[in-house]
Amino acid sequence: MRKAVIIGAGMTPVGEHWRLGLRDLAVEALLKAMDDAGIEKVDSLYVGNMISGPFVEQENLGALIADWAGLGNIPAVKIEAACASGGAALQEGVKAVMSGLEDVVAVVGVEKMTDAWPSDATRYLAYAADAEWELFHGASFVALNALVMRYYMKTYGYTEEDLALFAVNAHANGAKNPYAMFKRPIKVETVLKSPYIADPLKLFDASPVCDGSAAVIITTPEKAKELGVPKEKWVEVAGMGRAVDTISLASREDLLTLKAAKIAAERAYKMAGVEARDIDFFEVHDAFTVMAALSLEALGVAKKGEGAKLAREGQIAIDADYPIQTMGGLKARGHPVGATGMYQTVEAVLQLRGEAPNQVPDAEIGLTQNIGGTGSNITVSIFRRV
Amino acid sequence: MARPMQVSRYWRHFREKYRLMGGKCENGHVHFPKRPVCPVCGSRNIEEVELSGKGKVISWTIVRNPPSGFEYYKPFPLALIELEEGPVVLAQLTDVDPEEIDFGMEVEVVTKKIREFEEDGIILYGYKFRPPVK
Repeated sequence: MRKAVIIGAGMTPVGEHWRLGLRDLAVEALLKAMDDAGIEKVDSLYVGNMISGPFVEQENLGALIADWAGLGNIPAVKIEAACASGGAALQEGVKAVMSGLEDVVAVVGVEKMTDAWPSDATRYLAYAADAEWELFHGASFVALNALVMRYYMKTYGYTEEDLALFAVNAHANGAKNPYAMFKRPIKVETVLKSPYIADPLKLFDASPVCDGSAAVIITTPEKAKELGVPKEKWVEVAGMGRAVDTISLASREDLLTLKAAKIAAERAYKMAGVEARDIDFFEVHDAFTVMAALSLEALGVAKKGEGAKLAREGQIAIDADYPIQTMGGLKARGHPVGATGMYQTVEAVLQLRGEAPNQVPDAEIGLTQNIGGTGSNITVSIFRRV
Repeated sequence: MARPMQVSRYWRHFREKYRLMGGKCENGHVHFPKRPVCPVCGSRNIEEVELSGKGKVISWTIVRNPPSGFEYYKPFPLALIELEEGPVVLAQLTDVDPEEIDFGMEVEVVTKKIREFEEDGIILYGYKFRPPVK
């Protein structure tokens, strides 16, 4: 198999982009990534997007974005894996390069969520749950995560305050990210005083509804050299893994194990030839604070039941042993669902190039983990400085 | 909001949603709803089985910002309930004071209105769970 390197990256700020549509955001991120790589043509395009149909009445995003970005008559498709659509699109793009089928591939993740009423947005997001057996009963995504959060707290004796520490860490880092939606540090009290949206889950335990797009250009080291892309810009995609679990939470073997993340991580570690302790920073899917804790456990960073302990012991900050959410995570950077996996990718690239506003010193290997559904569709990717 | 034009989409699940019909494979693994393949052993030899509807609350939440279509009910309790036959079911709790909900609380199934569609007049019924009526 060939090696794959990312040679260009671009993104839009995350936020409520009232003046920009889905295509504007995607084209902006994509052209920035192409400019960053210094190229004008790509062989194909993969679009990570979860739910453009209900949100903006637009499907066929491959054609739309290739057309408007002036990419010509290339193959272009949308990849959907709920909130893990971005991570899945990246991996499809990397596979195309590694297989030898395509030499220069563009991947863009995009989501435009603020054109819908909040209660409709809540409904559309729940399409990623089991519509017939969860949404039918009025379950929102927040509610499903709240069921997990209460059970986690009860099982291991954690408090709402313990989990709030993940939000505090994310905001502390996001405050320095010019592309983040929330550039403001918060205190534990801020989280605890925010209103319940599905008890015991509060507004500040959750990531926001927002818009954004992020993109990368992938090729082989040989082609990168041929294209004249300076080596300082290369970041290798060293490992990838992906797995699914039961779509409905009620069918889960163990409510508190992200089995799909565990399997995806094992595959990615094996492919990259590394272990959890070799990773310099982790971008985990903290759509809800409890998911950050469960993710650290599934990735092998913490033992089962001890994910929240890492936050309590101060081990997740930039200068600690296991820095997470270095650019703010989903919580502070924002979570434009289908674009999130690509934001994580671009942020990992910046860290490994040494260009991050919140730089992890001497970062050589980074990991991104992107969750779709309530843990039902998960991707893990590992990146290495070349 | 999506309109429920497909009435068939709802009557397809009458048996599960009105009578709590689940599945039991040849090796005795019980699940809900009934599936074509047993999630435990992979058997495709599965018969229908009516579940008792008695169970215990594993976890619960109070939904304060529901998906569109459920605004009328908010806030409402939603729970994961482990049935005495083993399967876990997600459903709303009803006829209960939210303060009284607790881990392990015993509940029983009851048929209730789940939701109605104003424009089309369709009313959806299904299972909810409540503390047992003595």
